[in-house]
Formats: sequence, structure tokens, C-alpha cells
Amino acid sequence: MKPRSRKFGTALAALAMIATVPLVLAGCSGGASSSGGKVDSITVLDYYNQGNDKAVIGKYLDICGAENDVKIDRKLVPGASLIQKVLQQASSKTLPDVLMIDNPDLQQIAATGALSPLDQYGISTDGYAKGVLQAGTYKDKVYGLAPTVNTIALFYNKAVLAKAGITPPKTWDELQASAKQLTTGSQYGFAVDANATYEGTWQFLPFMWSNGGNEKDIDTAGTEEALQLWTDLVKDGSMSKSVVNWTQADVNDQFIAGKAAMMINGPWQIPGLKESGVDYGIAQIPVKSASDTPVAPLGGEVWTVPNTGDKAKQKVAAKIVDCLNSEKNQLAMAKLRFTIPSKTAAAEKFGEEVPEEKVFVDLVASARARTGQLGETWPKAATKIYTAVQSALTGQATPAEALKNAQAGS
Amino acid sequence: MTSTAQAPAARRVVRDEASVSSRMPGRQPNRLRVQRLFQLLFLLPAALYLVLFFGYPVVKNVIMSFQAYTTTTFYTGEAPWVGLANYAKVLSSQLFGTALLNTALFTIGSIAGQFVIGLLFALFFRRHFPLSGVLRSLLLLPWLLPLIVSSAVWKWILDQDSGVLNQFLHAFGIGSVPWLTSPSVALITVILVNIWIGIPFNTTILYGGLQDIPAEMYEAGSLDGATGWKAFRYITWPMLRPVVSVTLVLGVVYTVKVLDIILGLTNGGPANATQTIATQSYDLSFKQFDFGSGAALSNILIVISALFAIVYLRLNRKAIDD
Repeated sequence: MKPRSRKFGTALAALAMIATVPLVLAGCSGGASSSGGKVDSITVLDYYNQGNDKAVIGKYLDICGAENDVKIDRKLVPGASLIQKVLQQASSKTLPDVLMIDNPDLQQIAATGALSPLDQYGISTDGYAKGVLQAGTYKDKVYGLAPTVNTIALFYNKAVLAKAGITPPKTWDELQASAKQLTTGSQYGFAVDANATYEGTWQFLPFMWSNGGNEKDIDTAGTEEALQLWTDLVKDGSMSKSVVNWTQADVNDQFIAGKAAMMINGPWQIPGLKESGVDYGIAQIPVKSASDTPVAPLGGEVWTVPNTGDKAKQKVAAKIVDCLNSEKNQLAMAKLRFTIPSKTAAAEKFGEEVPEEKVFVDLVASARARTGQLGETWPKAATKIYTAVQSALTGQATPAEALKNAQAGS
Repeated sequence: MTSTAQAPAARRVVRDEASVSSRMPGRQPNRLRVQRLFQLLFLLPAALYLVLFFGYPVVKNVIMSFQAYTTTTFYTGEAPWVGLANYAKVLSSQLFGTALLNTALFTIGSIAGQFVIGLLFALFFRRHFPLSGVLRSLLLLPWLLPLIVSSAVWKWILDQDSGVLNQFLHAFGIGSVPWLTSPSVALITVILVNIWIGIPFNTTILYGGLQDIPAEMYEAGSLDGATGWKAFRYITWPMLRPVVSVTLVLGVVYTVKVLDIILGLTNGGPANATQTIATQSYDLSFKQFDFGSGAALSNILIVISALFAIVYLRLNRKAIDD
């Protein structure tokens, strides 16, 4: 009995000591901020928790930290749990000094009042692509800036297309014809992600937008034609029926495995594609008629400065965000992460240095933010869009009916 | 075991109280009160735990369902009272009927499959044969795997074009089955995967129940001609009844709220074919950030599973009373 109780006592003592750790830590941070003088560390929260992205972002955060003479205390969470973490921190008043948010979520979080507008720190918003500012703006104030952005385009297997004597399709008719021609054996001509998530919506947007569709009302002829195109591609077998359950990563796997000759995907797949050894090319997503301008959706993460109440730290945090967005750092990060600088000048330079990604550079210049029109209510529209896409592709309803039902549904 | 351990202790308490009351009749109420206080103190940790970890979330969820609880609430703490608006919204939504029906089909299908197969396995493993122990523990495998992992693997197995299952079926001349991609098949597929996950739970509990049936009963039964099916019908099944009801009630409560498997396999798609009340509630709260409506829907789910538990417990009590 005795040794056991002593052990228990030790355990209890240990527990008590551990319990005091947060107090001590809180005491430290409290002391640092209340002294009002020098800020020596900045907390950062983001979801680049793997591989190359993790390393590159970490490196440039440290560079910007060193430039401002502060230590960067970086916390990482998986992408799917970032918003939950942010909400948790917002209610317990423990938001980080610098916070990264996926751009379609920015308005949602800015609307809560948890973020501070960047103009109060004197950060310039000149020289950015239009869509980038659109994504970072809530009620006429810019709350977040993205150093690099992305979008999606058409990836094609050069060898397969050359063998079939096909050049990358530019119009919908060409897409349908070449996809059909490229479908042989276990190889489908074309692949997209049409799953029941916002990712599925995101992949449909360029088709819908380029044809004059609008997320405010999806029950229009332009959107219907775009959905008809996807439906026809599934119907005539050029696209697998499984697209309704594929993620963008799955689509990329199909492409690498030679089971899809062309796919819609983004530049973040480039490292994997290079590693796989597939000889790929990148082209713009086909539009209905050759004279249409392609409209791409803007992707990427914005960096923000939450209202933590510690003015001195917020100022330094803003400097870090500004530093990440310097033309030099944008370009350097873009090259390492295969994404596109958000400042037009840097993007052009990037296009010259990395010609392979010229397509993305052109698209980003005119890319549209998903929250540009609907702001906080975008998630509802995004749900309607993927619901309609799914019900048309599975043959539950015609594209027209599917869009009508989805638009009417709450 | 427990009854024999408790009996002497109880007797001692009684004896103590008797001797105390006979010796010091004047101090009896005081002593009893102290004793009562100690009894309550022993209850305190458990009560505190229940209030903190069960009471609070439930009450909070109920309150949330009457509020316009959005992302803003987390920062400002303000959640305007909206009365029954959230309930009206989720109940009148197009999807509610679909989700309710899918929840019912998913629960009934999963429970029926899990229970029948689980019982068969339990009966099978009651006979001892070489390697039966090893095989029985292998059966637990689906239970030990994280659900996210198993759903990812199943998704890969069930892929329409290159999935292992369809490749296997091709060998028998069966064409590609659209396991997860056809709205009319997806729900059945999700139920089948959930049955696979639920079998270990059912087998383990039912096997435990079978172990408690004394072997003498079967000996006596066999003398009266009850063997095989008759032995099951007149000995095993009646003796197993209490365990069966526990298994079923727990099974329903676990199945009604299944979320991760569906999210992992289909995300509620294709075209809402596998959307249940649980996935719909998750979608409202964590994808559309409408926490009030999400809470309202999850309360409806809680009421459904509570109703089932009450009805079932009543039936069960009636059976015992009879």
C-alpha cells in the first residue's frame, strides 16, 4: 500500500507542477506585453503543415522575423481544422499575432471583428492583382494579403496527345472531341473533381464563369451550358463516373497513373508531377467559343493581423505580413512553391523566369475571388453549386432541373 | 463476485449502526448526518463530472439551437435569440426528408447486418477449434483501425474503374458496380462498410453473453431433445435476451450519429444520396458556419435516439415484468 501511495503522491506533485506551467507561461507573455517596450516574439498560426510548403513558409517567416528583430513562434494545424481552431481562439481571446486564412474564409472571419484592417498599419495595397485585393477585402477595407496565389488550368499528357495528333483543346467543342478521341482502354480523356465539397465547386467555377454564369443565381443559361458540357463528358464516357467522388489529389493520381489524358488541376501539383516523371503541359481551360475570355477562380491563403489587444505586437505582426508580401519575398516563395506572386510586377517577372507557369500568371491577373460578390454568404452558394453538379452528373436530373432545384433549395 | 464482496461490508455497517445506537442513543442523528455527508462527498466527483461533461454540452447545445449562433458569436459572445426559427429552417429544408429517410435506412440496415453477422460469429466462436482464439482476435481488426483510415482504404477498394473490388468482380464477368458513384447504390455501400465496422462490437458483446450461459443448461436441454436449432431457440436466445437488448440499444445510439465513415467515403454525396441528419448537421455547423441551425438539427437527432432508447427500455421492462 505504501509504495503505491507514495507513487501516487509523486504523480500528484508532478501534475500540480505541470498545471502551473501555463500560469508561468501566461505570466511571461503578460510581462512582455505589459512592459510596452520591445516585442520579442510573435505567434503565427497557419496550415502549411507538410513537406515543401511547411519548410518554405517557415523559412520566410523566420527571415521576416529576423528583419523585425523578433522570434517567430509558429503553430501548425491541419487545413480542415484551421477555422475551428481560429473560432476557439477567438472565444478564448488567444488569437495569434499573425494568422493565415484560406481566402474564401477571410470575409467570414473579418465579419466577426476578430481581424484588424491593414491600412491602419500603413501597409500599401498597391500593385496587387484585382482578384487578390477582392479576396482580402471586407466592407471596403483590406484585412488580408496573399504573398502568392494560385488557380486551376488544363494539364495534359504531352506524349499521349502527340501520339493521337491532338493539340490542347481551346474550345468546348474541341475539348469534347479530343477527350473522346483520347479515351481508350483504361484511359479516360479528361478528369475533373466534381465531389460534394467546395473543391468540386471550385473546379466548376472556371467553366461557369467563363460562360457568363454567376453565383448569385445559378439557374441561368450560361451555367446550364457549362453543366451540360460536364454532363455530356460523363455521358459519352470521356470522363469517369467516379469524378463525383474524386478529390483534386485523386484527379492528379489518375493523371499520373495514365488513366486520364487531361485534367483540371492547380500549380500545387507540379512538384508531384515532376517527381512522377510524367511529361505534362499546361494550357488554359477551354472556353465555349474561342473569343470568350477565360475567367479563373482565385486560390491561395491570405495573411492577417488579428485584434489581440496588444497594440505593440499588432504593429510588429503587420510588419511581418508586409515583409512576406515584399516583391522579393513573393518571387522567392513563388519559385519554391510553384505558386504565383500576387503583385502584378512580381508575377510578370515570375512568368519570364518560369515559362511553364505563364498560363497561371495570365489567369491570375484576371482571376475572380469566390467571395467577391457574395461575401459571407458564399458557402451557401458553393453548396448549391456542387449539389447541382452532382445531381446532373449522376443523372438524377437534367442540368437545367438540377440547377433550378439547387437554386430554389435552402 | 461483487455481491460477495459487498455483503460483509454491508453487514458490518448495519452492525456498527446497531451498536452505536444502543450505546449512544443521543448522538445518533449527528453521526448519521456526518455519514450522509460523507456519502454525498463520495458522489461529488461523479456528479461534477456528469454536470461538466454531459450536462453542460447538452444544455449549451439546446440554448445554441434557439440562437443565431455564427462565427461572430465566437469573437463578440453575442448570439441573438431567435426562438424556433432555426428549427423551422431545418425542418422545412428540402434536404430534411431525404436526410431523415437516409438516417433511418442507414441505422436499420447497419444494425440488422451487424447484429445478425455478429451473432453468427459469436455462435461460431463458441465452439473451440484450433486457432479460434487467434481468429477471434483478428476479427477485432476493423474496430482497432481509425475510422478515417478504414474509410480511405474502402474508398480505394470501391473505386468504380480501378478499385480492387470491381477488378475482382470482373474476373467473374460482373461489370463495374458504381459503388460510391451512383445515388442508388451509394447508401447501400456505406451501410455495408458500416456493417463491417460494427461486426466486432456485436460479436464481442454477444460472445460475452454466450459465455455466461451455463453449459449444464445445454446438457439438460439435450436430454429433453433440445439440440441444434431448438437449443438456440429455447435456451440460447431467451438467456441472451438482456445482452441482445443492450447490444441493440447501444448499436442504434452509435449508428444514428455516424459521421466520419460517411464523410470519408462520400461526403454525403453523390447528389445527397448518403446525406444523413448527422452529416447535414456537421455541414451546417462546420462548413456553412451556421452553428444555431446545426445545433437544432443535432438536437432533433438526440431526441430521435433518446426516443428509441426509451421505447426499447420500456419494451424490455415489460418483457421482464411478464
